[in-house]
Amino acid sequence: MAAGIKLEKVQKFFGTNEVIRKIDLDIEPGEFVVLVGPSGCGKSTLLNLIAGLETLSAGHIQIGGVQVDDTPPRDRDIAMVFQSYALYPTKTVRHNITFGMQTRNIPKPEQESAVDEFARLLQIDQLLERKPGQLSGGQRQRVAMGRALVRKPAVFLFDEPLSNLDAKLRIEMRTEIKKLHQRLGKTVVYVTHDQIEAMTLATRIAVMDNGSIRQFADPATIYENPADLFVAGFMGSPPMNMVPGRLVVDEGLFVVPDQEPEGGLRFPIPAKAAARLAGDDGRKVVLGLRPETIFAAGTELPGPNRFVFEREVDVVEPTGPDTMIVFSVGSQDLIARVRPEDARPSGTRFRFEVDMGKAKIFDSETGRRL
Amino acid sequence: MSAHVTSGIVRAKGLRHQLMRAVLFVVLGIFCIYYLIPLVVMISTSLKSLEEIRAGSLLSLPQEVNFDAWGKAWNSACVGVRCDGLEPYVWNSVLMTIPAVLISTLLGALNGYALTKWRFRGADVIFALILFGAFIPFQVVLLPMARTLGQLGLAGSVPGLILVHSVYGLAFTTLFFRNFFIGVSDGILQAAKVDGAGFFRIFFGIVLPMSLPAIVVTVIWQFTQIWNDFLFGVAFTVGDSNPVTVALNNLVNTSTGVKEYNVDMAAAIIAALPTLLVYVVAGAYFVRGLSAGAVKG
Repeated sequence: MAAGIKLEKVQKFFGTNEVIRKIDLDIEPGEFVVLVGPSGCGKSTLLNLIAGLETLSAGHIQIGGVQVDDTPPRDRDIAMVFQSYALYPTKTVRHNITFGMQTRNIPKPEQESAVDEFARLLQIDQLLERKPGQLSGGQRQRVAMGRALVRKPAVFLFDEPLSNLDAKLRIEMRTEIKKLHQRLGKTVVYVTHDQIEAMTLATRIAVMDNGSIRQFADPATIYENPADLFVAGFMGSPPMNMVPGRLVVDEGLFVVPDQEPEGGLRFPIPAKAAARLAGDDGRKVVLGLRPETIFAAGTELPGPNRFVFEREVDVVEPTGPDTMIVFSVGSQDLIARVRPEDARPSGTRFRFEVDMGKAKIFDSETGRRL
Repeated sequence: MSAHVTSGIVRAKGLRHQLMRAVLFVVLGIFCIYYLIPLVVMISTSLKSLEEIRAGSLLSLPQEVNFDAWGKAWNSACVGVRCDGLEPYVWNSVLMTIPAVLISTLLGALNGYALTKWRFRGADVIFALILFGAFIPFQVVLLPMARTLGQLGLAGSVPGLILVHSVYGLAFTTLFFRNFFIGVSDGILQAAKVDGAGFFRIFFGIVLPMSLPAIVVTVIWQFTQIWNDFLFGVAFTVGDSNPVTVALNNLVNTSTGVKEYNVDMAAAIIAALPTLLVYVVAGAYFVRGLSAGAVKG
């Protein structure tokens, strides 16, 4: 059975340092929740609190409707996969997997059938008599997952499980984890600093910074409707272009980038957003433009709220499917994502088109979305 | 692996460099000979007859090899008034050393495990205090220890000596294991806790098997220390319960007419053999343990 997880005003101090700041989080049974954030944001600590590997300083945690504040890890009906895999080096793969069942005095035949079932599922049935030292990184990862799976817990906790794998294997394992989740339907809490992992795996993402959750929503919302500058800047690769400027009313509403010369570039705000901000003439804002919303003029079907402008190409960065073009506005470097065939060498003038309907405007003081 | 990597480094060529290497090896050779000569003299003297010792020089090799001196040293040389050779005292040492090594190694491993993986308030202070024990000269504790052994009714016995060595070995064994366990990933401990294992289950099931290299180092160290100990042996045992080191001293100092250098030398080698044996046997495990247990974090 999958179980929900409920955090209420969870707080954790290391000494006087508050690393988790009164977090509330409500995870539905069967959800795949990804905790994502830069290193030191408290995401691993939060996971350890859920696991019971750290003791709460204040607040409450419920797993499956049962308060577990004082329950040791072994009795929380959880299983965990660690970043370092944390396999027992002197035990064979088989005994790594059965160790948890041995400590729980599960009968031998049951242990054997559980090992067989998951070893086949994870394609490690050929490796059962090997030691972890004889396995490759990907195989160790599978064994670590097998060790968690045989527990048949209500909740799976993953602590950056893919960060020690090479890029290709990481993508493979990512897909496998998603398949496993779809197949088993168990609740998963997954910690990563990789925003692409977060986007691809999660049913909901909690973006964390400095001990707090900045936004908790499904991946599309996080990407398209970031709550603030931090979330907007963290999610997306290459990151969102952030253009500091101010609002100007002049037959419509515009964002004028800082240090842009008189009569230079100004970005028109679409009518719908402009209506909300009409009274804010002169307000300091940050204009957020995702690279894929800036492209070569005329290459997409015309739409509303398009704005065309010309700039010199500073740097060209081909990535294969797309080419990144770096240009500057005001004092800021911006990145546009264009089709490779539209790219021009650096130094040439280039006509860009930006979809202002997808532009985000943030208050430059508070960072909140406007 | 690392030997292979460094052996491929390009060396400077030319007469001057070859000359320097030759000088280097000559110097190393001299040190080597200097180091080995006492051992050679001991072995060759132990294989000579008394006449040959008197006739020849110290460094000459035996003309005819005979093991009479070894036999005598083992079971008929006089130690004090008793003329049974070193044999009974070797057994004393074995009976003392093996339990003392096992106890101090096991307790050291437990200490090191608790101090690194089950951190508690004051763990560092306690470790510092334990470590302090490694720097106390043992002469300082002779009298209080003698009094303690008397109170416990263990004075002058092999079990008393086992207790003393177990207690005073703890400083080093704790240090060795603490330094080993501090490099063991905490993730393994966390995984084991999630798997439902407790303090001792994790210790015996997971941590102790991982620490084979540390165990071997500690056993070699403790065996050598305890087997070779003279001070505690001479202070806390009497006559029949003497360890072999004390008996060797008494054998060499027993003055009955002629000084039998060949017997003395054989006895000294007998007394030193077990530590060599432990080093050779355990050393092989040591190297194997290092490579077999090498799992990247």
